[in-house]
Amino acid sequence: MEFFRIHRTIPFMRHALVLNLISLVTFALAVFFIATRGFHLSIEFTGGTLMEVHYAQPAQVDQVRRAVGALGYTDFQVQNFGTSQDIMIRLPVRESQTSAAQSDTVLGALKAQAPDVELRRVEFVGPQVGQELVTNGLMALLCVVVGIMIYLGIRFEWKFAVAGVIANLHDVVIILGFFAFFQWEFSLAVLAGVLAVLGYSVNESVVIMDRIRENFRKQRKAPVQEVINSAITQTISRTIITHGSTQMMVLSMFFFGGPTLHYFSLALTIGIWFGIYSSVFVAAALAMWLGVKREDLIKQPKKEDDPAAELG
Amino acid sequence: MNRYPLWKYLTVLAALVIGLLYTLPNFFGESPAVQIAGAKTAVKIDNGVLQRAQELLAQQHIETTGAYFEQNGPVGAVRIRFASPDEQLKAKDVLEKAFNPDPQNPDYTVALNLLPASPNWMGAMGAHPMYLGLDLRGGVHFLLQVDMRGALTGRYDSLANDVRGALRDARIPVAGVERSDLSIVARFSDAQSRDDAISELRRRMPDMTFSGSAAGNAFLLTGALTDAAVTQVQNNALHQNITTLHNRINELGVAEPVIQQQGADRIVVQLPGVQDVAKAKEILGRTATLEIRMVDDSPAAAAALSGGQVPFGLERYADSDGRPLLLRRQVILTGENLQDAQPGRDQQTQQPSVNLTLDTKGARIFRDVTRDNIGKRMAILLFENGKGQVVTAPVIRSEIPGGQVQISGSMNAQEASDIALLLRAGSLAAPMTIIEERTIGPSLGADNIRKGFNSTLYGFIAIAVFIMLYYRLFGLFSTLGLAFNVLLLLAVLSMLQATLTLPGIAAIALTLGMAIDSNVLINERIREELRGGAPPQQAIHLGFERAWATIVDSNLTTLIVGLALLAFGSGPVRGFAVVHCIGILTSMFSSVVGVRALANLWYGRRRKLQSISIGQIWKPKQD
Repeated sequence: MEFFRIHRTIPFMRHALVLNLISLVTFALAVFFIATRGFHLSIEFTGGTLMEVHYAQPAQVDQVRRAVGALGYTDFQVQNFGTSQDIMIRLPVRESQTSAAQSDTVLGALKAQAPDVELRRVEFVGPQVGQELVTNGLMALLCVVVGIMIYLGIRFEWKFAVAGVIANLHDVVIILGFFAFFQWEFSLAVLAGVLAVLGYSVNESVVIMDRIRENFRKQRKAPVQEVINSAITQTISRTIITHGSTQMMVLSMFFFGGPTLHYFSLALTIGIWFGIYSSVFVAAALAMWLGVKREDLIKQPKKEDDPAAELG
Repeated sequence: MNRYPLWKYLTVLAALVIGLLYTLPNFFGESPAVQIAGAKTAVKIDNGVLQRAQELLAQQHIETTGAYFEQNGPVGAVRIRFASPDEQLKAKDVLEKAFNPDPQNPDYTVALNLLPASPNWMGAMGAHPMYLGLDLRGGVHFLLQVDMRGALTGRYDSLANDVRGALRDARIPVAGVERSDLSIVARFSDAQSRDDAISELRRRMPDMTFSGSAAGNAFLLTGALTDAAVTQVQNNALHQNITTLHNRINELGVAEPVIQQQGADRIVVQLPGVQDVAKAKEILGRTATLEIRMVDDSPAAAAALSGGQVPFGLERYADSDGRPLLLRRQVILTGENLQDAQPGRDQQTQQPSVNLTLDTKGARIFRDVTRDNIGKRMAILLFENGKGQVVTAPVIRSEIPGGQVQISGSMNAQEASDIALLLRAGSLAAPMTIIEERTIGPSLGADNIRKGFNSTLYGFIAIAVFIMLYYRLFGLFSTLGLAFNVLLLLAVLSMLQATLTLPGIAAIALTLGMAIDSNVLINERIREELRGGAPPQQAIHLGFERAWATIVDSNLTTLIVGLALLAFGSGPVRGFAVVHCIGILTSMFSSVVGVRALANLWYGRRRKLQSISIGQIWKPKQD
């Protein structure tokens, strides 16, 4: 079985300009939505209310869950806490209510269900990471950008480094744009996913750049655009198979991983598809616009690889 | 060309065996357990407690899967395993009610716990299961109340020292400087020196307010911190305590602890995966602070002591044998001046000792004090939970320069290392008490583990089926390589005793999804070489060789991202990053070395290889 029966080099770069414009528009839209709508941040970032209730008999977690759910909460947790008679309820912050009023309504609902419920403790949970997380996240991003640029600069050439990093940030910003537009919950797990996409997307760009360099060696006479086209054509089969495999794993997390992994896998899914797109059309095209040349990548003219020579 | 030397096969085999050995303990899982320990030193835990607990559970028809008594040094504990968390919770209620009839004054601590169910010989080889995070197994939750009054008292003690120094420098005669509750009182013999002192101190110590008064024929000066300075002291105390807790918990080896401020004077500590609740509580609750003070052995003091009185400016403490001692209130040094504390042994007597290293300031003060007080006694006090005890009160024989101090007294080696740990892990700026302690129930955790495991498994199966259909035998090799990768990853994580969280499981799944990339790169290269007309053996060789550079490049860039996440991430992000980084390294080994070993083993010996099973090779017609 072979999926990709490619007769000749696909002219990926022919429409580079148009696609780059589309990219730019998508990027601008993402920035716009992030700026105007903001994120629906999870309890870790915003803080929330934590309630502990005590029942005389071992408590029914499912009933409590239904009662709290009926109040219109979607992102809450109900679990046993310490003994079988204690229940802990985590509620997100509601803009319209103070944490005291919030716990009163919840307790009221629980009382209606089982009158013997007793409120043990109400606590406001401060954000686990808050400001520090934001600073650290930005520092991580900066380090990744600098680290990748240095590595690609040494291993390839600065034009690739710049192109790779821009392509990456493009992916990250677009994922964030999706989260802002749909107001999906942005939790720490999602943050980890978004940053992982950074790595994943670079990985993709590097594979293509590797091929471009190799083709510069092989196809000495071909114009730059042709070299890039053939590099992408040669790797497209691998690109689809790899990403297909990764996507299967991510989908599995999406469907079977429960609520915590739901948005994490969603972020990865967007990241994977934009990662492919940006590696092919953004990274490679940007390198082309930046004027990458054969001489940039092949420092000393080496003897062309001759497989036959190795057989001896 | 496709043959590995024997050592390479052996390396792969060794990795496989080690991987299996260290991964296996994770599959025995953990049993929910209840632990009974003594809440007071007088309460002895022995086999009688075990029998009583078993009888109680039998009466209530709660089945156990194992119960045993364990003596760990002087501390004994009874641990009982159960088949499910439900039974564990019921059993805890039953035992709690029976063992502690008066909840206000408990004799026993009955705590929820988890015990590894892996066989003992694995533990003996150092093969332990991974820790599971709070989100996977629950854990301990503490709420600590910081004693702000204690923090201020400590601050005033050191301010009293500063006032003394300032007055000495300014050559103002003073009869005495003492801390009196939350203020500093200095006594002068005439009004002139008191007023001089007020203007001098106001200039030098802007954080404080000073006022003068007269009592009888003594002229008094009272100093207190400004409100802003008090707030500052309290904030600093809270932050220093949080830092100290971090250090202590790190010394305990707990990964991903949550330590955060709650309100103005409370600290929350969550320890995922902590099994020994009692030990964690002990280490957290212990508030060891060190103080060095002078002993007053004067005849007047001795007379007062025998008369049961404590003269002004002195305090009464007991040494480890219970003998009373009168110490000056003036604190020479505190734990703040401590740089390091290590357990050791006295070179002459071979008694266990704690060796302290003081910082420059501390070393200078210590040298001056020892020089000026030869022949007198100096007491080293250890404050635990607000109670001070004199560890040792040696006579100063000579000046001690250099800041190296050895404490030896009546302690055993275990106590010496405990004291050193507590001192080294930082002193607390203010005493703390645990006002709430809970164990987070594992019901949610079990759910998360199952979901995480299932999604990884289904994803793996999907990839395996697809890759085997597409690449045939080489797909099988890749799948085996992938399985090898999971094995190595889990083994390394187990060896490091990493804490596995749900994001960590997600990282394992993602690593698998990405690790297949290396194999796809190799397989596509081999196909390409075949398409280009290379003979099969050479195609395998070139495929692996040419894909290698790409694999290294792409994995290294991914590794850069992982390391940045590791350096700057916190909590769940960190858990994700650890697994991610290790996964990249193991995937490079398993997909390149491991899969190559399989391919070489299968095809390497066939000299006249006509074709290889890597799926259909489609060759484009020449234009």
